[in-house]
Amino acid sequence: MGLDIRWPIGLMFTLIGVLMTAYGALQSASATIQVAGSSVNIDLVWGVVLMVFGGGMLLGAIAGGKNPPKA
Amino acid sequence: MQPIELHQIDYSILIAYVAFVLGIGWALARYMKTSSDFLTSARSIPTWVTGLAFISANLGALELVGMAASGAKYGIATAHFYWVGAIPAMIFLAVFMMPFYYGSKARSVPEYLKMRFDERVRALNSLAFAVMTIFASGISINALAKLLTNLLPWQFDVNLGFAHLGSYDCYLWICSVVVLLYVLKGGLTSAIYTEVLQFFMIVLGFAPVVYLGLKDVGGWHAMNHSLEAVATNPSAIYIKDPGTTYAANAWTSAWQPLLSGSAHNPMGVDLFAMVFGLGFVLSFGYWCTNFLVVQRAMAAKNMTAARNTPLVAAVPKMLFPFLVIVPGMIAAALMTMPDKNYRIPPPIVSSAKYDAAVAAVQSASVTDLAAADQAVSAALGKKIDPDKINALVTANAGSKLSGADIKKGLYNGIAENDYDSVILSLVRKYCPPGLLGLALTALLASFMSGMAGNVTAFNTVFTYDLYQAYIAKGKTDQHYFWVGKAATVGGIVLSIAAAYFASMYNNAMDIIQLVFGFVNAPLFATFLLGMFWARTTGTGAFIGLFGGIAGSTLFHALTTVKSNLDPDGHVVNQMKGGYLGVHAIFPSEMAQNFWLAAFAFTACFSLTLVISLATKRTKSDADLKGLVYSLTPKTVDHNQPVWQRPAVVGVILLICCVILNLIFW
Repeated sequence: MGLDIRWPIGLMFTLIGVLMTAYGALQSASATIQVAGSSVNIDLVWGVVLMVFGGGMLLGAIAGGKNPPKA
Repeated sequence: MQPIELHQIDYSILIAYVAFVLGIGWALARYMKTSSDFLTSARSIPTWVTGLAFISANLGALELVGMAASGAKYGIATAHFYWVGAIPAMIFLAVFMMPFYYGSKARSVPEYLKMRFDERVRALNSLAFAVMTIFASGISINALAKLLTNLLPWQFDVNLGFAHLGSYDCYLWICSVVVLLYVLKGGLTSAIYTEVLQFFMIVLGFAPVVYLGLKDVGGWHAMNHSLEAVATNPSAIYIKDPGTTYAANAWTSAWQPLLSGSAHNPMGVDLFAMVFGLGFVLSFGYWCTNFLVVQRAMAAKNMTAARNTPLVAAVPKMLFPFLVIVPGMIAAALMTMPDKNYRIPPPIVSSAKYDAAVAAVQSASVTDLAAADQAVSAALGKKIDPDKINALVTANAGSKLSGADIKKGLYNGIAENDYDSVILSLVRKYCPPGLLGLALTALLASFMSGMAGNVTAFNTVFTYDLYQAYIAKGKTDQHYFWVGKAATVGGIVLSIAAAYFASMYNNAMDIIQLVFGFVNAPLFATFLLGMFWARTTGTGAFIGLFGGIAGSTLFHALTTVKSNLDPDGHVVNQMKGGYLGVHAIFPSEMAQNFWLAAFAFTACFSLTLVISLATKRTKSDADLKGLVYSLTPKTVDHNQPVWQRPAVVGVILLICCVILNLIFW
């Protein structure tokens, strides 16, 4: 099929990653969880992981040479 | 179940996911020009995509919920469903069976059966499969609608004039319409692409929950140490009845407790039932013959890609226990740590019953705690932990507790666990806004994908194996293209009807799953003989299949499980067998299921063998070329790079699987 699945995967996870990172940075108190005596701003950390994953997928799609579908 | 408080960030993630799956459907719509594009993806999809879809088609939300539940109940031995009950069968499919499915140009598993045997075998398989996919799809969407009704704060009450829609109805219809839209636009490709999306959602949505849970219990070794306490006294966290005890490694070793016999492992399963029943019959029957998963491999772009599809899938499948079973083990470990303030949620009890139990605590006397325990247990309709209820009654007598505090005490004092709530309870515990939206969206994605996967398998079997074969032969491709689309709409409508059926009767799901078991158990014997013994005849296969189904039904009617007998030896619940007499008693339902599968396989295999020898072959060797192993030129892989040769990759994966079994021996 003409649509490279890496485009929607990459775009979606980059978007979710940006949302979570922004939330983790701006709402640090509610994005932080206490686990085993230490604090983890999990939204900030995981948001970055999602952005890296999404970005990797987008790079793969670009390298694959197929353009995203036209609207 | 308390509604979960969602924030804007959570809604944004949920909406983004729904928008992307609908967008994928729309983006693919332009490529849907023939029935083949719509129903079989025109055999054009790359291996890594079909591989991940292959695994995702099986990774429904019910599996996620069920495996976490089993992780708490049985520990790491649950991984047998992966390392024994999946990987060997997936490798066998790739190396030995895919060449026939893909090489025969069959568009479906029932069509392969028609080519190999005759129309009767195809009709039996396609009808049974069509009915099962509809019910499986209905069960999935029913569970999703119930979950959303209980979890989301939005409650609906819509009066359409001719019908009144409550929250359950609205969630059921909204989710079904979303699935309908993207499948109707992009067909099988749409379902496969969203399955890949779902795969990443689940991995990336649940990995942080596992990480945080493990960190909270003090790491892997600390968790195992806590589980040793669970094994020696499982009644302390209400997993088994008081007095039951196992060796300290019962929750942390996969094989040692199994080798000690069915009485010495929490699954209550013996080695033969595990290896032959699960590892051979059920596993090979599911992974090698179920069109829902095989269809993903058949959509691959060429033979090599098709054969490598189950192998690509085997890699994450091998590692999934750490994602789906470990959460259950974490939950069991957390329950042994009072400072963590966690319990596996008890079964849902109505507010009215809680109110009655609160009243029983308030009126209880500290001089007769046994009577108080009885009154509370009767009011709740559940087993209770006498120590906790006694402490609650005493505390209330000392300083009058509020109704809410007593309710909390009662919640913790119920001595039963609702294991299906394990995964959600951990999501609640460890996910702040944002991560919560991601995890819940992953759950929603797997429910919707469960429906889409079944509907796309249904529309292909309906169009090619029922409509084209028996209702309207020789029409144009455009005609079948539109029938495929109509079958998609019909499949969704029937799934909604099946969901209502499942929601109306408490034991509807149990009955359906029981019947699935009867129909599926003997199927692999038919394929094994058909693919590897040219002498197998259509009549032998047809009667053998019927015999296997009848055999499994009879086996169930004549056996039951220990817990299903009252003190006088009478059967309590006929759904657990024994309704025609009790000739064998198994220690657990799992053991009964594994033995049933072994019996059904043996019955089908023997009958097919004997009848084939007694009947004339109707297909010549030439007819069977490409369909039977000994009559088909072997696929040559020497021109492929080593890492693309299924036999080589299969052996490597098998070695990895053995190593995992040894690590968790």
